[in-house]
Amino acid sequence: MKLLKFILLLLISGTMVIGCHQSKPKENKIVIWHWITDRRDAFDFLAQKYKEETGIEVEFKLFFPPDIYGQKVIAAARAGTLPDIFGILGEKKTVARFIQAGHILDLTAVMQDDNLSWKSKFYPQTLEVTEFSDDNTYDVKPGIYGVPIDTNVMQFVYNKKLFQAAGLDPKKSPKTVDEFVSYAKTIQEKTGEVGFISGWGEGWLLHALAVEWAINIMGEKKFIDTIEGKVSYMDEEWVKVFSLFERLRNENIFPANIATMTNKEAEDAFAKDKAGFSFNGSWSVNVYSQINPEIDYAFFSLPVVEVANQVKVWGGAGSVFRVNADSPNKDKAIDFLRWISDRQQQDYLVVETNNLAANRYCEKSLPPVLKDLTKSFNSFTHPDNWRLNEDARVIETFNKGLQQIVMGLKTAQDVAKEVQNKKEKVTR
Amino acid sequence: MLYQIKKVIFVIFLHIFLMSVALSCIFPFIWMMNVSLETQTQYDQDYGLRPVTNPNFQNYKTVIIDEGFWRYFLNSFVYTFVTVIFIVLVSSLAAYAFSRLNFPGKNFIFYMFLAAMMIPLPAGFVPVYTLLQQFGLLNRTGYVLAMTNIGLSISIYLLKTFFDQLPRDLEDAAKIDGCSKLQTWWHVGLPLVMPALGVVIIFNALNVWNEFVLASLMFSKDSYMPLQAGLMQFSGKMVTEHTLIMAALTVAALPIIFLYLKMQKQFVRGLTAGAVVG
Amino acid sequence: MKASLKDNTASFSFVLPALLIFLVFYVYPFFYSFVLSLTDYSLIGKFNFKNSFVGLQNFKDLLVDIDWWKSFYNAGFITFFALTFQNILALLLALAVDKVIRMRKFYRVVFFILPVLSEIIIGLLMKQFMLSEPTGRDVLNNILNNIGLGFMAQDWIAGHNVRLITALVHCWKGFGWAFVILLAGLQSIPDQLYEAARIDGANTWQQFCKITMPLLMPVSTLVMVLTILGTMQAFAMILALNQGAGGETTVPVMIIYNHLGTGQAGLACAEGLILGAILVVVSFTMFYVSKIIREKYGVVPN
Repeated sequence: MKLLKFILLLLISGTMVIGCHQSKPKENKIVIWHWITDRRDAFDFLAQKYKEETGIEVEFKLFFPPDIYGQKVIAAARAGTLPDIFGILGEKKTVARFIQAGHILDLTAVMQDDNLSWKSKFYPQTLEVTEFSDDNTYDVKPGIYGVPIDTNVMQFVYNKKLFQAAGLDPKKSPKTVDEFVSYAKTIQEKTGEVGFISGWGEGWLLHALAVEWAINIMGEKKFIDTIEGKVSYMDEEWVKVFSLFERLRNENIFPANIATMTNKEAEDAFAKDKAGFSFNGSWSVNVYSQINPEIDYAFFSLPVVEVANQVKVWGGAGSVFRVNADSPNKDKAIDFLRWISDRQQQDYLVVETNNLAANRYCEKSLPPVLKDLTKSFNSFTHPDNWRLNEDARVIETFNKGLQQIVMGLKTAQDVAKEVQNKKEKVTR
Repeated sequence: MLYQIKKVIFVIFLHIFLMSVALSCIFPFIWMMNVSLETQTQYDQDYGLRPVTNPNFQNYKTVIIDEGFWRYFLNSFVYTFVTVIFIVLVSSLAAYAFSRLNFPGKNFIFYMFLAAMMIPLPAGFVPVYTLLQQFGLLNRTGYVLAMTNIGLSISIYLLKTFFDQLPRDLEDAAKIDGCSKLQTWWHVGLPLVMPALGVVIIFNALNVWNEFVLASLMFSKDSYMPLQAGLMQFSGKMVTEHTLIMAALTVAALPIIFLYLKMQKQFVRGLTAGAVVG
Repeated sequence: MKASLKDNTASFSFVLPALLIFLVFYVYPFFYSFVLSLTDYSLIGKFNFKNSFVGLQNFKDLLVDIDWWKSFYNAGFITFFALTFQNILALLLALAVDKVIRMRKFYRVVFFILPVLSEIIIGLLMKQFMLSEPTGRDVLNNILNNIGLGFMAQDWIAGHNVRLITALVHCWKGFGWAFVILLAGLQSIPDQLYEAARIDGANTWQQFCKITMPLLMPVSTLVMVLTILGTMQAFAMILALNQGAGGETTVPVMIIYNHLGTGQAGLACAEGLILGAILVVVSFTMFYVSKIIREKYGVVPN
């Protein structure tokens, strides 16, 4: 019948238009998914080089933005279409779930083969992030489950040009919070630009800073005790942490919309000499130089509250590649990852993309702005290395609370109470 | 005389009120287009508040060609087109059956659709997303099918009500002529229900065109993104390239505005269709 | 005459495609989300009901979750503004347009532009319009300063009034739609009624109270129901405008969206069900109220 045929034709053509996709990965090609926009070209270059050296084809596929990447990986895991190598964005619990579901290959054996020849190439602090320790609370078989590509440190940066313009000594970074605030105010008064900027619309950036300050104030042990529930968030020292943000707000040193600002916006503003200070990861070196090659700035360590106490820096592996346990190319994938963590390739990445290497023998090739950061390597702290991590919902309340303090809507006291409240409800 | 003056003043007052609201509706768009024709330096100086004298079309080129907005556009168009065709076919078939044909369980099924319309799945994207994920349908096919479902209930209801109001004479004649049910639906039913189909088409087309949530959750591939999800992604990537964002917004808004101005009666009827049904 | 089996099958096949899509994409997910809401399924790995079963834990957690209920407060706040400010504005505009003779068509066309455009476009446009330095250009504040309204200048995107501003933007986008429905309602009121009232010596205000209001009642309830349902579920505009502004403008759908995006599918389903249940109760109450009103004031003018 004519009519039926017509409808069928329509439906079929409709499905054809929308239905053709999903090219199966070629067997002899290693496919890698990542989200690291600024390293796209460098990765492609390395893939080319690897092909020339070994004849094995490697394809890097970039997905942007990061939240879309996260969904993509979860969906692919479900559908069984994960590539040979991929990264996971998210907390350690998510990684643990992937391991439990059998998606990630345990690399412990290959890392330790040959007298630890592979494992010993990395900074132990960097590699630690990919490990599940013997006493881990995630119900995962202890081992190494990934290969770090770089190292990341969360630090403050300051703009030397604005320092000069404000009559400050560009060689002298602030050591304490008091100094930091007064410098920021000076910059604001003298140059008309904002004192401090950071992508605090993204809660985790705010969180990382709060953790660094918390550890400076109360020490790492008490901090972990809080996560374990032995110390309340309403503890005096926690309120002190929250009050710091209240103080920054009251001193009026950042733009009012900082609580909805994305990191990208903040990076752009800082790179264009529109802010005296920022708090960001070491990946930003590449971002800043891409936006403004002329920018003159330096990292400096956390402006402390308690001068006598220890300072820990949020740091560890920046991006970690995982090997798909179901991939038919497992061995080839491992070989490639071993190759990319070799000094030569890591050197190339350092020079091309301005990131701290994961390989510890690359310090010579670091640009000066990054060299300073290696000093902080011994004082790393990272949630993935803590014995246990705070519940995601508590972190959510914690971050939102900080954002509200920053917006001037809540006091430190309020937020401390709310976070503790949530903590009690969640862990009940 | 006094009454006349009072009335004129009243009317002027009304126009001032209406004009100010109308201005608030139009101004942001004029500003948007103006900024999209400026360079970033110009924008930094005049905030887009001075009319552009030397329009710069570079932004449009960047947005449409370099940033692939033509692809978002094409995707949106394909999704909208295919979904609307699906909805029109499926819902008019069903509505025709509900109105004209008899089969066991007819009323039950119809009320089921009706209930679905009254109880929209709030945040229904959650189960739908998990379902699609489970069946490996996080792709274009899955998206079109899910969007078809969203528009189905209301379209069936609209068309059924319209069918109910039509006389059956023509169909009876067709039946006597030996047409099968399917032929009758195609040759007689569909042409008769055309005016209502217009509403169904506009309503659903706008719905799909403006959909964001499901699309942004489902598509991780840039090449699958429809316009709204693409816009959101673009603005996240280009945060401080203000003039580029404005060009992207203009590209996304202008065609709909033009279409609306051309067919505004149908748009109004289409968008308020939901209200008519309630 | 009893229809034959073949005849029945043929007729039934007309609704089959619709039914299939409906069963797969509405009915099944509907029940599936009940099942998921009892688990802590993370979307990673195969779904195993037994292993991920947590009972009513998700619901229990949500019942005492301040952030979750605060999002309802936020949505309720915006809905309240949409119900009052937006709808009153729409009514005033409809009354005014009904009265003027010139440019009536122009107003009607212009007022309906915003509802036609997507929430994302409106949100992003307003963000660019209001965002302050150094990431934005503070355009709105600049305009205000130039026209002597500098005292109103403030941080529009993440300031103290962010919830109110979000509500206002929402109303701005939505009023046109209420306006069109109300105008249709107004124009369906026969002129003779007013003439008769005028002959009886009723003044404008009396006419409004005795004729316009009662006859507009059914349409208004309708607008109100739809405003509530639409606003409680709105979220794309807010996402584009200020991403929830530290929980100040976070609405339930935004929380659900985020939880789903981070793989907390079980929790997201529980949240969807709670929101759904609340909306069903609200809309049925409203429909019931509107039924009473309709019975009192007669049928909807068509």
